[in-house]
Amino acid sequence: MQLTLEFGGGLELLCDSVKIHNVDVSPNNEVDELTMKDLLVWVRANLIKERPEMFMKDDSVRPGVLVLVNDCDWELSGQLDTPLEEKDVVVFISTLHGG
Amino acid sequence: MAENHKKAAGRLCYLCNQRRAALKRPKTLEQICRECFYEVFEEEIHQVIVKNQLFKPGERIAIGASGGKDSTVLAYVLSELNRRHNYGLDLFLLSVDEGITGYRDDSLETVKRNEIQYGLPLKIVSYKDLYGWTMDEIVKMIGLKNNCTFCGVFRRQALDRGAALLKVDKLVTGHNADDIAETVLLNILRGDIARLSRCTSITTGEDGPIPRCKPFKYTYEKEIVMYAYFKRLDYFSTECIYSPNAYRGFAREFIKDLERMRPRAILDIIKSGEDFRISTSTKMPEQGTCERCGYISSQKWCKACVLLEGLNKGLPKLGIGRSRGLDNNHRKDVKQSNGTNNIEGKQCGSLDF
Repeated sequence: MQLTLEFGGGLELLCDSVKIHNVDVSPNNEVDELTMKDLLVWVRANLIKERPEMFMKDDSVRPGVLVLVNDCDWELSGQLDTPLEEKDVVVFISTLHGG
Repeated sequence: MAENHKKAAGRLCYLCNQRRAALKRPKTLEQICRECFYEVFEEEIHQVIVKNQLFKPGERIAIGASGGKDSTVLAYVLSELNRRHNYGLDLFLLSVDEGITGYRDDSLETVKRNEIQYGLPLKIVSYKDLYGWTMDEIVKMIGLKNNCTFCGVFRRQALDRGAALLKVDKLVTGHNADDIAETVLLNILRGDIARLSRCTSITTGEDGPIPRCKPFKYTYEKEIVMYAYFKRLDYFSTECIYSPNAYRGFAREFIKDLERMRPRAILDIIKSGEDFRISTSTKMPEQGTCERCGYISSQKWCKACVLLEGLNKGLPKLGIGRSRGLDNNHRKDVKQSNGTNNIEGKQCGSLDF
């Protein structure tokens, strides 16, 4: 599944200072569906190069990290259960860096 | 962009009931669209400004600008509101150059772009000019312990001096609701009752040379960042290279954890801070000036001069730590509550002024 991932608010520093990543993520399960929960696991394993604790806590993003799926707050689409589709754009922004 | 998502199609804005909702407001849990979000976000700040009479027509106002999200959004929103509601304010950007290579030099570039983007005159004051030391030089001398104390004390005074150079009536800072809740919590953890009662005030230092106010006192950080993102505002976000500040970071994370479970927690902590009262009636000491530099101080020398003396004499520990004895704890607290030589709000870890 082709996805565009964008890291901002300082999170890009965790992945070689690259803000935008065009990635191909294949669903692990048989039903061929990908949720945000799966994507986070994939991101941590494949994109985050340092300090993963700045990005994740337990199985979700660290509190204070905003997530938007196609420019829509993931709190509206079910957070970890948000289903992803081909060509979706997922944005992660940290609010934890200074003001 | 994939706006045709099934999962989002059914969710219409709670306010206009026409457009697709784009975010959930932490304050109200309402699901609203981008356009309505801009409107309520700006209108709430306008109401805070009006209700608290933060400004008078004709005033000159400096915006403490770090290039970070809060001050960038503040500069943008304030100049909008100033136009829209005819506040009649002369707005300026005021930045402090602490002399931190690879951090402040980059963020100052952002502020310089903001100067052009928002058409606001910019003044930069530097530690090097004011004190003869950059933070890089200070850290080289004292190491990574207590460096935030120097930076905090120097910044407070640097902002006042910059504000005096600009001849402004007030200084506004981008402290948001999350910052204030965090500071309330830290002051409780430190047992700092004087600061606890002061840190929730929307305006401070009215008895000093330049009052400071926080128009974002009730504005959630999430909304500030969402606003900056949706509006594609140009801001800088890198942690200061010298400030791990673990204690504050811990409080910050705790607040964010609470927010996730119950977003109202942030406003409730601020409310708690506001409602705390010191039960004793204590005398306020007289307000003096520093014998060395003339800056306001309740001591013989202001804190910046004590710290500078230490640096210049090679005794950087001078002025670090609490000098007060146990029995005059309370007195000292009240002294500092005059609103002058306090270092308030976020120093570092969450950097900014």
